[in-house]
Amino acid sequence: MTTVIFPGRYDSLVEIAKFVNEAARQAGFSNLEQYQVETSVDEACTNIIDYAYQGENRGDIECTCLVEPDELTVILVDHGKPFNPEYIPIPDTNASLDERNTQGLGLYIMRQWMDEIHFEFTQDCGNILRMVKRKEKKPC
Amino acid sequence: MDITNTPYKHCDLIKITGRVDSATSPKLGEVLDKIIEEGRFKIVLDMSELDFISSAGLRELITTQKVCKRYNRGEVILAQVPEKILYTLDLAGFTKLFRITNDVISAVGNL
Repeated sequence: MTTVIFPGRYDSLVEIAKFVNEAARQAGFSNLEQYQVETSVDEACTNIIDYAYQGENRGDIECTCLVEPDELTVILVDHGKPFNPEYIPIPDTNASLDERNTQGLGLYIMRQWMDEIHFEFTQDCGNILRMVKRKEKKPC
Repeated sequence: MDITNTPYKHCDLIKITGRVDSATSPKLGEVLDKIIEEGRFKIVLDMSELDFISSAGLRELITTQKVCKRYNRGEVILAQVPEKILYTLDLAGFTKLFRITNDVISAVGNL
C-alpha cells in the first residue's frame, strides 16, 4: 500500500496519473485498463478540486493505491465540502449535438470504467472515495 | 500539452500533443475560440500524438463543434485518433457527434 499527498490543483493531475499508472501496471493491467484507471482517477481528482474544494489550492488530495494480483484499489481523501454524487446529473450520451452537455461526464466515466465506487463522508476525515478495478479475465 | 496550428485556405489543422486534462484544457479552448473568432469554422484535430483526454477536454470539443456546425458553416473533424482516446470518445457518445477519419489528408480534403 502506497500513499502520496498531492496539492489540490490541476497541475497535480499529471503526477497523480503517473502514480496510479504505475500501480495499475504493477497490478498486471493491460494498457487499456491502465488508461481507464488513469482517466477515472483524473476525473475523481478534478471533481474533488471543483466540488469539494470549489477551487484550486484549497487543500490536499491524499491518494492511496493498494495493489493486489489482478486488482487495484485507489482511495482518494480530501478535506473539502461533502460530495454527494446523487446531485450530479447523469449525462444523456445519446443526445443530439444541440442538446448535448458534458455535465456529469466525469462521474459517468468513473462508474463505467471502475468495478466499484464508494463515496463516504466523515467529519474527521472528509470525503473518502474508494474505487476498485479488477483485471478482465481472459476466456479459457 | 502542445498545440500547433497549420492554417489552410479553407480550414485549420490543429495538432494536439500530450495530455488534455483540467490543467491544459483551457489552453485548447483558447486556441479553438481564437479560430472561431476569426470566422473560421472548419477545423481538423490531428490526435495522433494525443496521450490522454479527460471530460474537461471533451467539453472543449463539444463546445467548439456546436459553434462550428451552426448554420451549416463548418464542423470539427477528428483525425488519427489513438485507440484509447477512441474508447473515451465512444463511452461519452462523441463518436456519433464527430466525423472521425484515419488520416489528416482526407480530413482536410473532406472539409
